[in-house]
Amino acid sequence: MNVRWKYILKRAGQMVLTMWIISTILFFIFRLMPGNPLVAYIDPTFTQEQQQILMQQFGLDQPLWMQYVIFIKNLLRGQLGQSFFYKDSVVNVIFKVLPNTIYLMLSALIIAYFTGIVGGIFLAWKRGEKVETAGIIVTLFTRAAPQFWVGMILLAVFSFEFGIFPSGGVSQAGTSYASEFHKLLSLDFYRHLFLPALTLSIYLIGLPLLLMRSNMLDVMSESYVEMAEMRGLSKLRIMFKYAARNAFLPVITAMAVGIGYAMGGNVVIETVFSWPGLGRLLVNAVSTSDYPLAQGAFILIAGVMVFMNFLADIIYSLLDPRVNIESRR
Amino acid sequence: MKEAIKNALIQSYEFLINDKFALTGVIIYVVFMIIAVLAPYIAPYDPHEMIKVGSEYMFNKPPSQDFLLGTTNMGRDIFSQLIYGVRPALVVGFTAAFFVMVAGTLVGLFSGYYGGTTDSILMRITDVAFGIPFTPFVIILVGFLGPSIWNIVLAMAMLLWRDTARVIRSQVLTVRERSFVEAARVSGASDLRIIFVYIAPNILPLSFLYGSLAVGWAILTEAAVSFLGFGDPDVISWGYMLNDAYISQALSRGAYHWFIPPGIFIMLAVMAGFYIGRGSEEILHPRLKEY
Repeated sequence: MNVRWKYILKRAGQMVLTMWIISTILFFIFRLMPGNPLVAYIDPTFTQEQQQILMQQFGLDQPLWMQYVIFIKNLLRGQLGQSFFYKDSVVNVIFKVLPNTIYLMLSALIIAYFTGIVGGIFLAWKRGEKVETAGIIVTLFTRAAPQFWVGMILLAVFSFEFGIFPSGGVSQAGTSYASEFHKLLSLDFYRHLFLPALTLSIYLIGLPLLLMRSNMLDVMSESYVEMAEMRGLSKLRIMFKYAARNAFLPVITAMAVGIGYAMGGNVVIETVFSWPGLGRLLVNAVSTSDYPLAQGAFILIAGVMVFMNFLADIIYSLLDPRVNIESRR
Repeated sequence: MKEAIKNALIQSYEFLINDKFALTGVIIYVVFMIIAVLAPYIAPYDPHEMIKVGSEYMFNKPPSQDFLLGTTNMGRDIFSQLIYGVRPALVVGFTAAFFVMVAGTLVGLFSGYYGGTTDSILMRITDVAFGIPFTPFVIILVGFLGPSIWNIVLAMAMLLWRDTARVIRSQVLTVRERSFVEAARVSGASDLRIIFVYIAPNILPLSFLYGSLAVGWAILTEAAVSFLGFGDPDVISWGYMLNDAYISQALSRGAYHWFIPPGIFIMLAVMAGFYIGRGSEEILHPRLKEY
């Protein structure tokens, strides 16, 4: 087995370990809640029969360590309990809203990474000019501005002031889409998607833009770029054909991390735009004390984040042969 | 030991004087601190007061001479809320940053100095902390522990130390190899003495810088958590103001004077933290491995 495979296996092992520890922490947070531990899984409004089933499924009448073993077993089988609010299994509730989060995230990532990469090349090109300074200052603002506030301003201006975009949700009030497929074909859906996706991409654009810029500056000092300059190639050609190509790989890797970030950042943006996704589900679950749902949503968000970090590390080690895996850890 | 801390402070001071960005950040914080202390004198009204003129409540007033930024739908003065909002922002920012600095620095010191198993265990814990989504974690913890400013600080401190720990560790790895540390070891100094007397002073400036970055993140997160409705109901913070504006339909009424100013103040506070923490540099030259 070569070094690379060993590294990937080791990283995968770490990923599993991390997820296990996060789940354990979560288990104890939910058990340390004031009051009866049963509160975490059983809502008084459940029928006697439902209560019995849950008692058994989660071993709520057993000692704590046994409950923990059962919790981990259920987690591995993908059983997360029953939502108090929706009176449905947590897995069903989560998978119903998950597509919305994915649409929002993907469109925001595409906008952010496309604009960011082009913007990064542009700023590197304009090195030392006033445009560069202005661009950097604007980017710093996007990192410091609260995302929900940016969303509020966009809502006030484009939705309430000018009425160009709807003020929230995924469809017009009182209507719904016949299926996921119909939703994706509907123009109305994209009108609803626009503002939240824009807000999220403003939040995400800083990383690809600045990473691309600093990579470009690094690459442009390499000898093969100097060589190209000496050969008298045009600046445009050097920038795109020689420099951008190489500067661009780490940015793509960073996209995996961006997905993890977006999952967390979604929480606030989905709430501002009443976007029925995973983040808003988590917020609502916590504020209505729907413990099983909150737990399930959190585990899924954490899982995506941990997996994306893993993916980024792997891609990074594959793309850059100079990375010495052994000495890096 | 005292000498060493004094040196670290002098180094930080010199760095400030030479770095215009950092200086700007410090000036912003000094101004905020003055506002926080003098809030009762600057703010014309009690931020909780429902203002009544004659027999009429001052609901939804636009900006005027009496109400610089107008009033809320409950007749409270927005300008006064903005001024008083500096207090919780600074309290949250600085306490969270303090815990982050102490915890992150200690983890980094022990991990970097001892290496081996200690290092592996501490760094695995750090990896786990990096795997936990920050905002959702704070929301869950605050949701369960109850909405208070201290619970928000606690929840943030439990995760934010992770960046500091990694950076400090890698710094310790290089300091550890320097000759004066070797000399101390040969002359029989104990491990703890080497760590705190010889190594710590060299990494203190770095932990100060990371602490100030944490101030920015903490203020931003408190605002987000309060906006989502998990904030301390007794404390008027900028996040609370934005939550209030959002749920009171300030957006559809076009009450820009209500929801624009708190956001600008949050942004100023966060940028000041970034500037001092050489954040501008960290942010401008991101390295993939740090994300």
